[in-house]
Amino acid sequence: MPRWAQLTVLPALNLMAALLVTGLVTWFIGEDPWECLKLLVHGAFGYGEGIGYTLFYTTGFIFTGLAVATAFHAGLFNIGGEGQAYLAGLGVTLVVLAFDHTLPPIVLVPLCILAAMGFGAAWAFIPGWLQARRGSHIVVTTIMFNFIAYSLMLYLIGHHLIEAGSQNPTTREFGQNAWIPALHQVAAGMGVTLPSTPLNLTFVMALLACALFYLIVWHSRWGFQLRTVGVNESAARYAGMDVGKTIIIAMCVSGALSGFAAINELLGSTHRMNVAFTNGVGFVGIAVALMGRNHPVGIILSALLFGALTQGGLELSFEKPVITREMIIFIQGLIILFCGALENLFEPFIAGLFKRKDDK
Amino acid sequence: MTEFAIELIGISKRFGTVLANSDVSMKIARGSIHGIIGENGAGKSTLMSILYGYYQADSGDIKVNGQDVRIRNSQEAINLGIGMVHQHFMLVDTFTVLENIVLGAEGGLVLQQGMEQAREHLKQLNRDYSLEVDPDAVVGDLGVGLQQRVEILKALYRGADVLILDEPTAVLTPQEADHLFRILRALKEQGKTVILITHKLREVMDITDGVTVMRAGTVVGNVVTADVDKEKLADLMVGRKVTLKVDKAAAKPGAAVLDVRGLGLTDERGVKLLDKLDFQVRAGEIVGIAGVSGNGQSELLEVLAGMLEPTEGEIRYKGEDLAKTRSGLPKAAAWRRKGIAHVPEDRSREGLVKAFSTFENAILGYQGDKSLSRRGLFSRKALLARTREFISQFDIRPGNPLLRVGLLSGGNQQKVVLAREIHANPDLLLIGQPTRGVDIGAIEFIHKRLVQLRDQGKAILLVSVELDEILALSDRILVMAGGQITGEVSAEEADTVSLGLLMGGHKH
Repeated sequence: MPRWAQLTVLPALNLMAALLVTGLVTWFIGEDPWECLKLLVHGAFGYGEGIGYTLFYTTGFIFTGLAVATAFHAGLFNIGGEGQAYLAGLGVTLVVLAFDHTLPPIVLVPLCILAAMGFGAAWAFIPGWLQARRGSHIVVTTIMFNFIAYSLMLYLIGHHLIEAGSQNPTTREFGQNAWIPALHQVAAGMGVTLPSTPLNLTFVMALLACALFYLIVWHSRWGFQLRTVGVNESAARYAGMDVGKTIIIAMCVSGALSGFAAINELLGSTHRMNVAFTNGVGFVGIAVALMGRNHPVGIILSALLFGALTQGGLELSFEKPVITREMIIFIQGLIILFCGALENLFEPFIAGLFKRKDDK
Repeated sequence: MTEFAIELIGISKRFGTVLANSDVSMKIARGSIHGIIGENGAGKSTLMSILYGYYQADSGDIKVNGQDVRIRNSQEAINLGIGMVHQHFMLVDTFTVLENIVLGAEGGLVLQQGMEQAREHLKQLNRDYSLEVDPDAVVGDLGVGLQQRVEILKALYRGADVLILDEPTAVLTPQEADHLFRILRALKEQGKTVILITHKLREVMDITDGVTVMRAGTVVGNVVTADVDKEKLADLMVGRKVTLKVDKAAAKPGAAVLDVRGLGLTDERGVKLLDKLDFQVRAGEIVGIAGVSGNGQSELLEVLAGMLEPTEGEIRYKGEDLAKTRSGLPKAAAWRRKGIAHVPEDRSREGLVKAFSTFENAILGYQGDKSLSRRGLFSRKALLARTREFISQFDIRPGNPLLRVGLLSGGNQQKVVLAREIHANPDLLLIGQPTRGVDIGAIEFIHKRLVQLRDQGKAILLVSVELDEILALSDRILVMAGGQITGEVSAEEADTVSLGLLMGGHKH
């Protein structure tokens, strides 16, 4: 089968299959699937605000998707994006709470980004080190680290970072020096009016990260090393590459990328940290990377799909009370099932079609 | 009943765009030993896989004992009395011989009864074919030769009348191979039919009654062995005259480049993989290391390439103790920079990354070369230029640098590795199994290239399990058995018999 078909026909078929099953379920609970689909698409792309929100969610997914892909190229399945993003949020919050009334944005925001990257990387470093030096399986350790991160943050927010006198498990609002400008504000500065949404400059960083990712993974020495370690450790050792070090660095880069999801959410949108701010962004990243085949272009497209599902799904659940947030997660699950686990479900059939065409 | 055990008529099989078998026909007489010979990639294994039910032919017919059959899986092949001994044994190391043989044919829920019956049956088979296998020995404790006999027993126990052996002597000493041939003759006397897949001409001449020669997926000759000679077969196989000998002048060795003293390697279980090795390789000579695979040669190469840490001893390279070099790089990288190039034994596991394109494989190990990068990124131009140079110098086909290296034939893959390692202009070349899985045309080319390097004053350490190769190339031959060097022979006085004895562990 030609590569273009592998990259387009198969994902499209998988997506259709997932939607078909979803449609059946929707019909089963007494709603009109076609109408729901229209509502969903309209909610995600139908009007300016919807698009803004869709792209805002997409931003986080791009970063966690890139994070999973980085580890994946080193042959590692980093399930810990969620915990790494969570810890990155802690790094951001600590910096902001300490400096948001003293440092100007031009210093504070980069400092926050560094803190997010650093904390995310550090949280990924430990499983990476354990894998490289002690052989502890990365899947197991990163899952555990998600739980540790969650408990740790619950404790820290509940007991130390909570806004004085508040009942909600959330920090105080960040000072405006730590806010990353929303795109509609930037556009307004240039005289263009955009609807007001949380879509912010982190989105631009996400696109830049994709370009950098491409250059580094496929056109740099380190990327070469990364991919060699990922597909053939013996060959990497033969070529004089330090396999353990590559694994550890790959995990750190992965954690740092996950950290940007926290930047997008905390500095771009909520401007405070609450307990559940990651909201599954790290887990969706796994699906995004899988579906995007660990390539930046694929990751952008699949992140957009999941962003649209999140936004459109929310709209849909406003319109149709029967369709709850859980329903949307269910749809995402189906997409992951069809695009990830059943990735090759239709392949033999489609490959057969192409073969017949070739023979003629 | 006809006189033919197996008839293949017009078998064709296509994988994607590759025609692995094209209109292959042959008849194999009952009670004969039939050789199938051809270069790697000639389609021998595909054909046998079709006969054993692993693959289905796209077209063509199979007859067993004159009956038209369809063989959809290996169980059906076994039911038809076809047995196969694979190149890589399919045995459970921790089970006894008896347990291995019964495996998959236990005969009922309760093991005991089937086991006792099997033991009786086994005794008889053992006697009939003088296999000399102890049914209660644990398979992992047995040598390769014995394990192979267990595989043969397994096939016979399942009622095989036709036995297919895929490159059975690749892992055996000459003595073990002789024993195998005695067994095969005994099988033949009992009326069994044996199909022997091989690329070794000598074996075909020694033991077969008829030969099918395959080239590029087609049959180029069905001959009676007695009517042909080695040269004629080689000629059929390759389609042109080849010289099995390498023309080379006498070596003019210079100073020692590699000096190994008391080198030892002990694994975690305390097994001595390398036992106090002392030897030198001088500039301008090829030192061959002969031995049956698994006697420490692989470990020796990896230690010398810096991939494995020795537990004792000293490696001196151009007078410098390599253990004392500090560079912050992994040893394999640091030593490579000093001029030690390494063509690994297992090119698909170590020497190449099969999923990568040819041009990426052309820099594996040399990814740090300054000339390949500009401002931190690879210069695609430089990479492609280097690869094109390799392609033209080594006649690598197909000559497309962007093609995945896994799609190249074995010989062309090996040329990529060789081109890369020679390009670095090393002073010491470590080379393992240079022509494993390489077709005869490429073997000739590779051998010439190695002799050329030697004549340029390079030191070459050659490890090969092919005695013919060791004999053709080496100026001096060291024999390894059980992690030790059991003897040194100069190229002139070496022959397969004396080497075979040393390889079996008999010291000089």
